[in-house]
Amino acid sequence: MLDSALSLFLQGRNFARLMEGLWVTLEISAVSVLLSMVLGILVGLMMISRNPWVRTPPRFYLEFIRVIPILVLLYLFYYFPARNWDLNLDAKVVAVLVFTLWGAAEMADLVRGALTSMPVHQRESGRAVGLTEVQINRYIIIPQAVRRLIPGVINLTTRMIKTTPFIFFINVPELTKVGQQIVEVAGMRNYLASFWVYGFIFFLYFIICYPISLFSLYLEKKWSN
Amino acid sequence: MTALKPVLKITDLHKQYDQLKVIQGLSLEVKKGQVLVVIGPSGCGKSTLLRCINGLEPIQSGDIELNGDSITSGRARWNLVRQKIGMVFQSYDLFPHMNVMENILLGPLKAQGRKRPEAEAEAEALLDRVGLLDRKNSYPRQLSGGQKQRVAIVRALCMNPEIMLFDEVTASLDPEMVREVLDVILGLAERGMTMIIVTHEMAFARAVADKIIFMDQGVIVESAPPEQFFEQPVSERARKFLNIFHFDGVKKEETHNVENN
Amino acid sequence: MLDFISHIDLAFMVEAGPLYALAAKRTVFLAGAGIFLSLVIGLVSSLIRFYRVPVLKTLVGAYIELARNTPLMIQLFFLYYGLPRVGVRLDGVTCGIIGLAFLGGGYMAEAFRSGLEAVSRVQIEAGLSIGLKRTQLVRYVLMPQAFAVAVPAVAANTIFLMKETSVFSIVALADLVYVFKDLIKEGHSNENIYLLMIFYLIIILPVSLFFGYWERRMRRAGFSA
Repeated sequence: MLDSALSLFLQGRNFARLMEGLWVTLEISAVSVLLSMVLGILVGLMMISRNPWVRTPPRFYLEFIRVIPILVLLYLFYYFPARNWDLNLDAKVVAVLVFTLWGAAEMADLVRGALTSMPVHQRESGRAVGLTEVQINRYIIIPQAVRRLIPGVINLTTRMIKTTPFIFFINVPELTKVGQQIVEVAGMRNYLASFWVYGFIFFLYFIICYPISLFSLYLEKKWSN
Repeated sequence: MTALKPVLKITDLHKQYDQLKVIQGLSLEVKKGQVLVVIGPSGCGKSTLLRCINGLEPIQSGDIELNGDSITSGRARWNLVRQKIGMVFQSYDLFPHMNVMENILLGPLKAQGRKRPEAEAEAEALLDRVGLLDRKNSYPRQLSGGQKQRVAIVRALCMNPEIMLFDEVTASLDPEMVREVLDVILGLAERGMTMIIVTHEMAFARAVADKIIFMDQGVIVESAPPEQFFEQPVSERARKFLNIFHFDGVKKEETHNVENN
Repeated sequence: MLDFISHIDLAFMVEAGPLYALAAKRTVFLAGAGIFLSLVIGLVSSLIRFYRVPVLKTLVGAYIELARNTPLMIQLFFLYYGLPRVGVRLDGVTCGIIGLAFLGGGYMAEAFRSGLEAVSRVQIEAGLSIGLKRTQLVRYVLMPQAFAVAVPAVAANTIFLMKETSVFSIVALADLVYVFKDLIKEGHSNENIYLLMIFYLIIILPVSLFFGYWERRMRRAGFSA
């Protein structure tokens, strides 16, 4: 039984293609996370603004993203611009776009949470010692906000990696899709192809996401002291 | 009030946390209707002592007997034993998701399997005694600290325990509320409830105790009736301890004639 | 540019609506079954870990990490295409429900864990002191309070799981996405997208609103963590 597995992975470019698929997965996740952070911080700051005109639109945006499945958003950006405005977006661009919108919504919530959970006296203590507002932000508020954010950001990263399989539906050659393609071809001669390939991919996601989440836990523990 | 078998008998109790010896060879007896007040500096082991009696802390060696039956022999079923020992904590800890009446009835109905009408009647009588009958449907978050503590006492009393343990029950209360709780405990003492009280309130200790137990570093240093202990402490440590509490001009009240054993 | 608004083919939407509605019903039933099971699995798992049951607690721990670090899609691929090759043949509905329950159980276990840990030690001691047995303690003192703290997380997980059901078409289940993919082959891409979004809104928005209402009620009752 094991030799069927081995022949599978050594055959042709199977293993290499899986790695390429993995790379696409990681690439899209990384880019989306970075872009989400930028957009997310902006939207998050909007949410704690005192001006209700600035404060409310993000709430609708967040609720919309919260309720609509990612796949539907992917289809939306895949078909809509193409059929209506003759704008043919590459599948990968659609993926990054949608993931960024989703990630930014999550980030905005994290940023809002991090800033509002900051004890009030932090700022007041800074003033009492004579620091300017800018200095207070730079040395007291921002470092602490960043600490509160990092576990959330890491958590978001792993969630993105786990959501990338959806882009399978719009034909991006990410890990799971490559797996399916391999199974379709190899399965004709190798009976256990689907078992081994999907099992392997399952395992791959695990060994990528698990260490990252452990690292996040480690950071949380280290910084809670 | 003739004493027969002691309600509680502790023999040579030893308890330690890892390497730290918290209680070292402690023995004491409590007779029916007797009120023991345990005082001492922080960390002397007095709270731990109560927790050991109630089985909330494991002990390394020693024996504890409730009404002559050993509860440390390993054959004792703790949930049954705890029904006979009433304990009130410093942080009162009423169940927040239940109202006052439900809090009080949980033990009698579920642990003791009593019938609701009978248990409810007793609960109401007890609530009335502490002046909280009108609050029987309130939730803990709607009550003040002192009220919560009084409910906690009723909750323990409703189990009809043989002995009541009080662990610094007024330590987290505002001064105004301390009095109402202490009055309840005094009332219990007057009705003959057997109690072990751990407290910092010296005037109260003096008024309610039949016997003062002074502990330091896990052992009983001195044990005497209140007048004797507060006026003429025998041990050096007790003298040092009481110096902190001595304010010139405190008059002694002679309202009780407490029979000393 | 905006004439897609004026050119909506309502006749098509009315005609195709029932098909989507049926698929939505199917999705709700599958999601309901899967989420219910995940709650049970999550509850049992969290109690096993809370009470540190030997042997089981390690197995449960491994399960939780596995479930939380792998995407549903690959789990389904493995169950539906991989397992038959080693003799275990499951139909689409079973795979869908097992997949959701497996994935969801891990997330629910974490939600309940934080709930259980939030109940203070003294509450447990107070319960012990009035002579309650362990089972009574769990039922009357521990679980009500743990659950109250866990509600926000349980809510988020439920909505997450409902959105995850959008992958079910890969195990040949006629869910909303399946109907969408089928109908869009013949055109009407805008209308199909609208229908897809509308029906997901219909099944998810009420859940989101319900939990929001419940959370507000809990907070007013003083249960917020």
